[in-house]
Parts: sequence; structure tokens; C-alpha cells
Amino acid sequence: MLLGRTANGLYWMNRYIERAENMARLVDAGLRMALTRTQSASEEWNSVLLSAGSDVTFSQKYSDYTAANVADFLLRDTSNPSSAMSSIETARNNARMVRTALTRETWESINEAWMALKRMLAKPIDERDLPSVLDAIKRETALIRGSFYGTMLRNEIFDFSQLGTYVERADNTARILDVKYYVLLPSISWVGSTLDNYQWESILRSVSAHRSYRWVYDADYKPTNIADYLILNVRMPRSLMFCYRFLSEHLKFLGDDYGERHACHATAEKTQTMLRAGSIKDIFDTGLHEFLANFIRDNTKLGDEIAQDYRFN
Amino acid sequence: MRLAAFDEMLPEVSGLRRPYSAYDRWLKEQDPARLTEKMQDAERVFRKTGITFAVYGEQEASERLIPFDIVPRIISGNEWRRLTQGIEQRVQALNAFLDDIYHRQEILRAGRVPRELIARNEAFLPEMIGVRPPAGVYTHIIGVDIVRISEDEFYVLEDNARTPSGVSYMLENRETMMQLFPELFQKIKVRPVENYPQLLRQSLAAVRPQSTKGAPTIAVLTPGSFNSAYFEHAFLADQMGVQLVEGQDLRVVDGHVAMRTTEGYKQIDVLYRRVDDSFLDPLTFRPDSALGIPGIMDVYRAGNITIANAPGTGIADDKAIYSYMPEIIEFYTGRKAILGNIPTWRCSEPDSLKYVLEHIDELVIKEVHGSGGYGMLVGPAATKKECETFAKKLAAKPSNYIAQPTLALSTCPILTEKGLAPRHVDLRPYVLVSDRIQIVPGGLTRVALKEGSLVVNSSQGGGTKDTWVLDD
Repeated sequence: MLLGRTANGLYWMNRYIERAENMARLVDAGLRMALTRTQSASEEWNSVLLSAGSDVTFSQKYSDYTAANVADFLLRDTSNPSSAMSSIETARNNARMVRTALTRETWESINEAWMALKRMLAKPIDERDLPSVLDAIKRETALIRGSFYGTMLRNEIFDFSQLGTYVERADNTARILDVKYYVLLPSISWVGSTLDNYQWESILRSVSAHRSYRWVYDADYKPTNIADYLILNVRMPRSLMFCYRFLSEHLKFLGDDYGERHACHATAEKTQTMLRAGSIKDIFDTGLHEFLANFIRDNTKLGDEIAQDYRFN
Repeated sequence: MRLAAFDEMLPEVSGLRRPYSAYDRWLKEQDPARLTEKMQDAERVFRKTGITFAVYGEQEASERLIPFDIVPRIISGNEWRRLTQGIEQRVQALNAFLDDIYHRQEILRAGRVPRELIARNEAFLPEMIGVRPPAGVYTHIIGVDIVRISEDEFYVLEDNARTPSGVSYMLENRETMMQLFPELFQKIKVRPVENYPQLLRQSLAAVRPQSTKGAPTIAVLTPGSFNSAYFEHAFLADQMGVQLVEGQDLRVVDGHVAMRTTEGYKQIDVLYRRVDDSFLDPLTFRPDSALGIPGIMDVYRAGNITIANAPGTGIADDKAIYSYMPEIIEFYTGRKAILGNIPTWRCSEPDSLKYVLEHIDELVIKEVHGSGGYGMLVGPAATKKECETFAKKLAAKPSNYIAQPTLALSTCPILTEKGLAPRHVDLRPYVLVSDRIQIVPGGLTRVALKEGSLVVNSSQGGGTKDTWVLDD
């Protein structure tokens, strides 16, 4: 038995932990691009902000798309509700609220992550320290995940937490792809130039998949392979398929436990079936952008339905 | 000003006291640098676990630690036996008083407590008249604040019969001490306190409504994660293995209080509430409250839920009632109070008021309904101007205040940068009432960290110590 408010807290706690990590990864990819390109990097930083869904709020505050500004905004600015600092803070507030549902190890890892980030991000980040700050954020979230997986009972508490993680992750991967979909479109004339190699690598890097890609495919970056990897590969932990495999699984556990199926079950299964049956050719034929826009919409709908069906708030 | 106080470890006259002898031997073998290190370890442990409390009105330090001192406060088995007898008697009297006040009011008829003290008192709930709670218990969880003046003199400073807090510190302090100094607990037999949550759960289950079928569902009601004592609410729910609920999770369904779960509404039988009376039921008490459960008082009156502590228990720990406790104890138990009261002037009485105003710089003056060390004056520590300002407030509404002599609370050593130094302490043991009375051997020792200070409240710079009751 779980309070609806507790389920809600677990769900959002995990969405925000996932989000904090995604912010670090996005900045990391942007930084890599900025370092390896000779031209102005402002384009790249803009697409990082687009992927983070923070472009509008950023432009209200800054006019220069520099590494320092973007990193500050996406990592430490508490007026940006999605910054890594805000995300960890929100995750911790939710964890505090649902503390009785967490193991001591899980709570302490979140609390310590919050303390570490607060200390680290108290002052503007010196550009020389940026790589180590990004590492630290990724390490803290990895520690949270480790204690969570290592100590939590696999019950409804675990299920609601995982739902938050995978809804957020699917949204994030889809957004990264959507912002960069034009880079992957084979019809664009400059395909084959050295530039797009960086672009493609940047996409993979922003989901920490630049190395694993080579294990699965080959050393060459091909747009269809990259899209296939991030959308349809069931083994790739940040692909849409992977997220939906686990979303369906945890929803099924909940359905079995409670002996009741809801609208969210149908929505998740529909998306999973669509991904399982889909081929990358079909997706490119109907249009990558349309496909991703539909996906993001359905994913948001799933989140709303879960909240409705399990009496969140 | 410094008062000559009784030191519980090393009194000036008689030398090292027996309860501390084994600890003292151990302490003398320790490297001071290592102790300082342990002190810092302790702080890290507390931060990591998030054992913090909120201080109202302080933006920056919104989450603070209560400083913890690593020197234990040690009580011998004999001293403890005497204390528990006194506490048991007192708690019996408190419950008998509450039952009487909300029913026949014999004590008022007998003229032992003035009628107007009850009638005009905000802590008295007319809604409770004629209501008998499940198992007849009104105040289930009590924290009795006790101060010591000398080898043999213990006084009750205050009875906390509403929603006493701090028990989580008692438990975490012990946990921390055992982590820091495992060898000490091998050498010295200290009675355990860690079964408090189980006892609390059993105690709450024992006072479930008669109509409960099967094992009762228990929940802890908190005002929410922004409350200053939220850590403790979560801690207790966690340790008892029960749900931690907020008002928004609860509603009345089919004559019972129920919580909104992922599977719909589930009935609650026993509610350990950590919200004030006035926030319990907006229909009965405060229409503007968002914290309560509309209609819970109807369920309560119908006998379908146990609320611990019962609404209206505040009338028993009110500071104006406090001064009548010796009479109250004698009236209901037929015996003299084992634990004494501190002499108290009720400023509502003209003679007392006159005395208090004349001696304001010698007395401690408290608000009748105040708590947490707010709104009080410690005469000897106050400036002339502070005394004058306070005297005006006092004269304007005398019935709002009581006054007590400034007592030389006993001291216990704390570890400072310069070694051990005495600081004033008090003690809050926790009492559980169901079909029996249980007192966990220990409690919360609060310590005024500032040299010479007598205010031990955490909101005013107080700290805590682990409290040992020896198994001797």
C-alpha cells in the first residue's frame, strides 16, 4: 500500500535525478563540440539549450551563447528550474517527502549529492574546472542509482521510481534527436564532410553512447545506424525502445499487483508495439521529425495518465 | 551572572560521582586530538543522515543541525528508578485530570483548581466534553522536562502532554555514540533505548478503537516536509513501519478516516498526529486551515479512530495549570507528588504580579502558552532595558504569564576546544501510555552550549547529549 502522494514523490524524485544527469551530459557534449571546432561554437550551444528545453529562458537572461553562460545556466542557475542544481534540489525535496519509502542508503546518497553539488556550485564555475564538475555530477547521480538498485526492494515503490526515470529519459533522448534530426537526414547536401562527423559524435556523446556505438555497429558514423541505435535498439540503455520495454514491464507489475489495468497500460503498450514493429527505414520515410514529435506527445500523455490512474498529487 | 551549580560528573564538594567513574577512567586514556576528530565525525554523520531541524524566520540557515556533544550524561539505576516512579505518578494524574475535566469536573467542584482557569483557557476544547477516547487514554505520549538542582533534588519544569518532540534525537544520539565509541558500550552497561519505536507502535495499537477488526492501521500525521520537526515525523513513521501522511492524503469515507493510496482509499484506525489541535479539523476548529481533515472530529466522537494524543490535552500541560500540579496529583492519586514542581507565581493573581514586577531581574518569566524558549525573559541575564520592556508587556496582560525563580540547573561537562567544561542541562524522558505506562530508560538531554546560559532550547543555541541510564 502506497500513498498517492508518495507515488508522486517517487516518480518526480527520479525524473529530476535523471534530469540532473542529462544536463551534465548535454553540457559535456556541447563542450566537446566547442573544443573540437574551429568556428564559433554558439550554434552548438544553442542546440544544447534547445535539447534541454531551456532556450527561451536562456535568451531572456543572456545574449551570448558562450560556454561559461550556458554551463552556468544549465548547471548552477537556481532560477532555471531544470538546471542540475535545481533538479537535485527538487529531487531531494521529493526524497525528503517520501523518505519513509526509501532505504537509508538511497536517501543518504541523494542527500550527499545535494550537499556536494551545493558546495561545488556555490560559486560560478571556472572554465578549467568544468570537466571535473561535469564528472562529479555524473558520479553523484551514478552513486544514487547504485544505492537505489543495490538496496531497494522490488515492489511498487521501485516501480513508480522506475516509471519516473524512464519517462524522463525517453523524453530526453527524443528531444536530443529532434533538435538534431536535420543532421541525420541523408538528403542534406553536406553529408560526408568532416563537419557532420563531429555533429554525429555529439549526438552520441550527449547520451553517453559514442563508445558503445562502435561496439554495436562499426567505426563509421552512419545516420541510419545512429537513429536506429537511439530509437530502436533494445540493448541501448537510453534508447526509446529500451525505455518503453521497462515502462511496460513496471506498469505490468503494478497492474498485476493491484489487479487492475488503466489507460496508461494501453498507452505504453501501444508505443512499445509501434517501436518493436518499426524499422528505421519506415521512420525516415514518414519523417524523423514527425515521428519524434508524435513520440514526445505520447510520452507526455503517458506521464499524465500514470498520475491520473495512480492518484498522484 | 554565574550560578553555583551542581555538576553531575565532578561536583566541587565531593569529587567524581559514582555513575561517571567508569566513563572517567576511559576518558583519561583517550587522546584529546582523537576526541576532537570524533566530534567532527559526529557532525558529518548527522549532516549525511539529514537530521536537521528548521529554524523559523532564518532564511539562510533554514536547515540546521542541533549541535551534538559527545560526552554522555549518565544517570545511575537508582536515580532512574526514583525518577520513573515520579513520572508514572504524574502521567497517571495527567490522564485522570483530563478525563475529569472533560466529564464531571470533580476537581473544580472540590475547589482545588479554579474554575475560570479552565473556562477561559484556549487549550480547553469544549468539543471534547463528554468524549471518552478509545481505551480511556487522553495523553499517550508525554515528554516530561526535568531539571536537577542537587544530588537529591529533581523538579519537573514542564509536562509536554500535547505533541512532545525530540525523541528521534534520543535515538540518533545513541546510534551515533555507538558508532563513534563501540568500545565504551562494551565496558559500561548502558540500558538500551532503541526499542522505543516498537514500543510506540505496540502502545498505539493497544489503544485502537474497539471496532477495529484485525491488526490496526496506524499512521503518523505531519504538517509536511517544511515543518521544523519533519525529520522526526518521517523517522518515527519509518522506524514503526507505518505510513507518514499529510492532511491532504486523508478524508472521511463512510464514517472512517481514510488515506488516498495508489489503489484508492484505505481506512486508518490510529492516527499519531504531530499537528496542533487547531489544525486537526477545519470543520470544528479553524476554517482557514489547509492542514486538517474535515470531519475527523465526528469520526472521533463516534469512536472510529484513535487520535494520539487526544485533542484538548493541552489543558493539562498549560503553564498556568502547571502550578496546580501538586494539588492535581494529590487529588487523583491520593499521594503527595514524588517529583516536585518549581515554585511558580501566577501573574494573574494581583499579589504575585506585584512580587514579580518588583523582582523581575531575578526571575524567569514565561508565556503561559509559549514554547521553544520563545517569548521568555531570563531576568538575571537580561539588560535593564529588556526587563523594562518585558515588564510593560507583563503588566498589560498579566494572565498571559507565569514566573519562576532562576534555578541553578545542574551542569554536565561538554567537550570544548579547551577540554571539558561544565554547561547547564535538563532532561526529557519519554513516556508511553496505553493499558500500561512505559518509560524508555534514557531521554533527551538538552544542554545550553553557551557558558553560563540557562536556555537549553535548540532554537536558542542549545545542543543535545546522549543520555545513559546505567544497568546497575
